[in-house]
Amino acid sequence: MLARFGNWVREGQVWGSIFRHGVPRDRRTRAMAILSNVFLHLHPVAIRKSGIRLSFTWCMGGLTFFLFLVEVVTGVLLMFYYRPVVEYAYFDIQGLGAHVTLGLMRELHRWGAHAMIIAIWLHMLRVFLTGSYKPPREFNWSVGVILLVLTMLLSFTGYLLPWDQLAMWAITVGSNMARATPGVGTEGPMSSFIQIGGVPLVHAGDDARFGLLAGTFVGPNALLRFYVLHCVFIPVVVTVLLAVHFWRIRKDGGISGPL
Amino acid sequence: MYSVLAAASAVESIKDAINTICQPAPFLIIAVVGLALFLAGYRTITRPPVAAALGALAVLAFLVSCLDSDFFLIISKADNVPIVMMMFAVGFFLWLAFRQAAVNDHAIETGRPLFEAGSDDKVLVWPDLVYIELIALVLCTALLNVWAILLKAPLEQPADPSTAPNPAKAPWYFLGLQEMLVYFDPWLAGVVLPGLIILGLIAIPYIDKNPRGNGYYTFKERPFAIATFLVGFVILWVLLIIFGTFLRGPNWNFFGPYEFWDMHRPAALVNTEFHDLFWINLMGRALPEHYLLRELPGIVLLGAYFALGPPLLRLVFFRKMYRQMGFIRFSVMSILLLVMLLMPIKMVLRWTLNLHYIVGITEWFFNV
Ligand code: HEM
Repeated sequence: MLARFGNWVREGQVWGSIFRHGVPRDRRTRAMAILSNVFLHLHPVAIRKSGIRLSFTWCMGGLTFFLFLVEVVTGVLLMFYYRPVVEYAYFDIQGLGAHVTLGLMRELHRWGAHAMIIAIWLHMLRVFLTGSYKPPREFNWSVGVILLVLTMLLSFTGYLLPWDQLAMWAITVGSNMARATPGVGTEGPMSSFIQIGGVPLVHAGDDARFGLLAGTFVGPNALLRFYVLHCVFIPVVVTVLLAVHFWRIRKDGGISGPL
Repeated sequence: MYSVLAAASAVESIKDAINTICQPAPFLIIAVVGLALFLAGYRTITRPPVAAALGALAVLAFLVSCLDSDFFLIISKADNVPIVMMMFAVGFFLWLAFRQAAVNDHAIETGRPLFEAGSDDKVLVWPDLVYIELIALVLCTALLNVWAILLKAPLEQPADPSTAPNPAKAPWYFLGLQEMLVYFDPWLAGVVLPGLIILGLIAIPYIDKNPRGNGYYTFKERPFAIATFLVGFVILWVLLIIFGTFLRGPNWNFFGPYEFWDMHRPAALVNTEFHDLFWINLMGRALPEHYLLRELPGIVLLGAYFALGPPLLRLVFFRKMYRQMGFIRFSVMSILLLVMLLMPIKMVLRWTLNLHYIVGITEWFFNV
């Protein structure tokens, strides 16, 4: 009965219009399953046996990607609820805990972010220990390092958004560093030489920290700036770089293995 | 009754001993020695029975430690739980990697095929890989949900610019950098060194010209690269995060794992300048007036470190590697290596001489 129903669905026009190949039972249809699906097409059709062994990749890159997707989905849901304004931010987050029945999005988003950072470090460790950055994969390693930096910046910008003491002071500690940037921070080496006729060009109102916070302290402008970076700018850049990263894995000959 | 008291006091003295060992100097030395032993004996240490015993011991020590209220208070903070997971994960994956390296290195010596051999055997992505991915996805979703249900995301008091918490900590993944702040000024610890870490990581594939060990686990074929990376990752990154998270308390003082975070312990004083050591203690005269002359000895020392370091490294340790790499690659590699070693050097100087700055041109914010 169920089998007949299944057959009926699979032979109908709707199914056939979505999946252009038959049931993936033999070599040809299995290849077609990968080739004709835009998402699965990230993969090659066939892959080295050692490349799919869990003990080789630890699945860490895949896990990092999975956690990135979790962050996107839960993050969009959080955006429906949260307003990046000093008057509301804290109470929106508080309300999320108090009023949303069985609400887990904030937890998933926060723990997912922590897990993503740990996963990306372990992924890098794995790639290093298998020597997978060696030719021809040098460039993809470099793309990976940029992804690593962006992932940590994503987490950093998100840390401010709950607007509680933990958030504000962690970002204060972090962004105070920018003040010490050589040449472009008020308390950085060499900055005092950048002046015209005794008037310093680098001061608290225009230095690197000011650029980061849009102000001289962690205030409303910083909250808005971090929000936009966190929800739009960095995720978009990460997505583009991920496309490059995955594309290059294939172009570099798939998961590395002994030559 | 008496024996209970005796047992309790024995436990206390064990805790005190561990608290003492967990000061930065002994802890880091133990960690470095531990890493060296691991790399020297990885073939024995990673053998499943040995590794399982070590792992069980670590878990046991952790669980027993949880009985201590000060210890439990810190590790059970919701945001610190992932770091506990990370500690165990790093240990586990180091084992997994070096176990396979041990098997492979033995295979290479005896001329047998590698663990990853048969790399031309291909399997179809559908179903083999797609199903693994699906199972991983389901498992991870389940795990993350359990984690989210068990542990509430923290929310502290509303942000208040006028009351700074003590200690004020950066997000946990930056605590390694914050720990560097103890030894270096912000322009180095917060800007230049992180920048060099990023550039150095990007540079790795371009300076490592060793063609072996590409695509399989090994230690014997690239000991220098792996040892250097592990010193950076395990000691100077992960361990410093553990310091920053679990052991740094009020006033950025260092507390043992079973110690109460006393708010009233004053911040450590750091007051020895290299220019004092040179001009006053060594030359027996007052500090020169002009700051450039005053700092000249430190500048010369630092200049010599970076100018003479690479050629010395080349002559003493890396003759063969130099031939493989050529001048430019070798220079980049050795400068990065020297920068990385600056951190432990500054640490040792701090512990032994209580040294503040090697070069201290406070007038320009140029302090090293
Ligand atoms: C958002 C972050 C990242 C994601 C989602 C990601 C994802 C992946 C995935 C799915 C793979 C396939 C094999 C595997 O799972 O190990 C991979 C391979 C690779 N990744 Fe990443 N990665 C990320 C960051 C990085 C970083 C930080 C590095 C290095 C610094 C890196 C370097 C590489 C290299 C060189 C390969 C090829 C490995 C091989 O062929 O064996 N990636 N990445």
